[in-house]
Amino acid sequence: MADQPAAAPHTHEKREHWSGQTAFILAAIGSAVGLGNIWRFPGQAYEHGGGAFMIPYLVALITAGVPILFLENAIGHRFRGSAPLAMKRVHRNAEGVGWLHVAICFVIGLYYTAIIAWALSYFFFSFNLSFADDPAGFFTADYLELGESGTVSLSFVPQVLIPLVAVWAIVIVILALGIHRGIERLNIIGIPVLVATFLVIVVRALFLAGAADGIEALFTPDFAALKDPQVWIAAYGQIFFSLSLAYGIMITYASYRRRRSNITGPGLVVAFGNSSFELLAGIGVFAALGFLAHEQGTTVAGLDNLAGPFLSFVTFPAVIAEMPGGQLFGALFFASLVLAGLTSLVSVLQVISAALQEKFDLHPRGGAVAVGVVSAVLSILGFGTTTGLYLLDTVDQWSNQLGIVAGAITMIAAALWFGRRGHELERHLAAVSTMRPGKYWIWLVNAVAVLLIYMFAEKTVSLASEGYGGYPSWYLNVFGWGTAAFLLAVALLMPLLRWRRDIVHFHAWPSRAQLALPDEVGERHSEDYDPKGES
Amino acid sequence: MSGQAMALLIVSIVLVWGGLVASIVVLARRPENDHMPAGGEDTRVPDEDDRMPRDL
Repeated sequence: MADQPAAAPHTHEKREHWSGQTAFILAAIGSAVGLGNIWRFPGQAYEHGGGAFMIPYLVALITAGVPILFLENAIGHRFRGSAPLAMKRVHRNAEGVGWLHVAICFVIGLYYTAIIAWALSYFFFSFNLSFADDPAGFFTADYLELGESGTVSLSFVPQVLIPLVAVWAIVIVILALGIHRGIERLNIIGIPVLVATFLVIVVRALFLAGAADGIEALFTPDFAALKDPQVWIAAYGQIFFSLSLAYGIMITYASYRRRRSNITGPGLVVAFGNSSFELLAGIGVFAALGFLAHEQGTTVAGLDNLAGPFLSFVTFPAVIAEMPGGQLFGALFFASLVLAGLTSLVSVLQVISAALQEKFDLHPRGGAVAVGVVSAVLSILGFGTTTGLYLLDTVDQWSNQLGIVAGAITMIAAALWFGRRGHELERHLAAVSTMRPGKYWIWLVNAVAVLLIYMFAEKTVSLASEGYGGYPSWYLNVFGWGTAAFLLAVALLMPLLRWRRDIVHFHAWPSRAQLALPDEVGERHSEDYDPKGES
Repeated sequence: MSGQAMALLIVSIVLVWGGLVASIVVLARRPENDHMPAGGEDTRVPDEDDRMPRDL
C-alpha cells in the first residue's frame, strides 16, 4: 500500500448533524417527495406518451437526476455549509449562486405554505364533504373567494388565513427545534406515515369501479411520442423538479452529514425512493380518475383538470364525493398532501435559515424566527387574500420554472467550469462512499447543463414573447419578472455583506493531497486515483 | 387493460420499485466505506446548545 498523505488539520468543526444515515435518507426523501409527486407526475406522464413516458423518465433519472443529486451532495458534504457558504468555498466569486438558491427557496416557501393551508382546510372539509355538491364552485367561489384575474386585493379570506397562520406557526417551531430535534423527527415519523397512508389510498382506489380503465389510460404507450423532443424535455423537467434539485436543499442537507459518511449509496436510495412514491401516486391518482370517469359516463380523456392544484382541490373532491366511504378517503388524501408538503417545506425554509445563521452568526432558533416571521407576513399578504391563486400561479412560473433552472446552470458552471472542482468532487465521493460515481459522472453533469441552458432559453423566450396564463402585461411585469429581478438582486447584493461568522478557518476533508490532487485548484494532476490508497 | 399498458405498468414497477429495493439492499449490506482516508472526525454538538461556534 502506498503511503497515505497526511490528514487535513483538525478544524474543531462543530456542526449540527443528522443522528444517522437513515435519518438523512428519510429527510432527503421527505424533501423530494412533495406536492409535485402527487399532482405533477401523473399529468406529465399522461400528456407525454402515457406508458412510453416511462422510458425518457427512467433515462432522465439515471443520466440527470442521480448525477446532479450527487453533485449537490458532494458540494454540501465537502464544503460543509449552507448554499452560499458552500458555493463560496467552491469558488470565491460563487457566493451569489448560493444566495440565488436561498432567494428561490424564500419565494417558493411563501406560496407552498398556502397550498399546504388549503390541504389542511380540505382535510377538515372531508369529514362533512362540504365540497360535494359543486367541487369547482366550492374551491374557487366558496373557499378561495376568488377575485378578478390580474388584480391585486388586500381583502383577506378568513378560511384561508387561519390555516395559513397555523402552518407557519408549525414550521417555525419545527425549524427552531433544529436539525436533530425538529426536521429529523418530523421526517422519521412523517415519511413512514405518509407512505402507509398513501398505500391505503392506492389500494382503496384500485378496487373502485373503472380503476383499471384509469390505469390503462396512464400506461397505454404512445411510442411515436418518443420522437418528440418536448416529451424528453418534459421527462428531464419532471425528474429535475421532483427531486428538489438545484435550489440548495441537498447542499444544505448534505452539509449536516458527518464527514465520515457514505454519500452515493444513500443518494441512490433517495432518487429511487422519490420515483417510487411518484409511480405509486400515479397509479392511485389515475385509478381514482378512472372511477370518476366511470361514474360520469365518460372516459379519462373526457375529464378536466388532470394536473396541478385543480387536480387536488377540484377533481379529487369530485372523486371523494362520488365514492363510498369518501369521508375517510378524503381525510387520508388531504392528510397525505399536508404531510408531503410539510416535509418539503421545512427543507426549503432550512436552506434560508442555515444561510442566515452562518452569514449573521445566528442561533438556529434565531434563524428560524427570522425566516419564519418575515416569510409569514409576506405569505399572508400575498396568498391569504382573494387574489392569492393568481399570484401563486404567476410567481411559480418565474421562481420554479425559470429560477431553479438558472440555479442549476450557475451551480454547475461555478463548480465545474469556473471552480474546476470536478475531479475533486468526484474523488471526494469516491473516497467517502461505497460506490464510486466514475468519470462519466462529470460528463453527464456537463451534458445536463447544456440541456438546462436550452430549457432556460426556451422558457425565457416563451414567457417574454407570449406572456403567461392570460394575465395582463403589467401584472406579469410586476409579479413575474419582478420575482426574477428579486432573485437576481439577492444573488448580487447579499455577497456584498460581511460574514459575521469566521469562515476562513476551514479545511476540506479529505484533503486535496489525500485525493492525490495538487494543492492549487486547476494545476495538472494524475488521472489515476485509487480511493483505497492501493495505487 | 390492454397487453401493452399492462406490460409498461409491470416494467415500470419492476425498474423503479426494484431499483429502490436493490439500492436499499446494497446499502444495508455495506452501509459505510471501510477504506476512508485518515481524519475527518466530527465534534459532537450537545443537544442542549446546538449553536455553531465561530470557528466553523
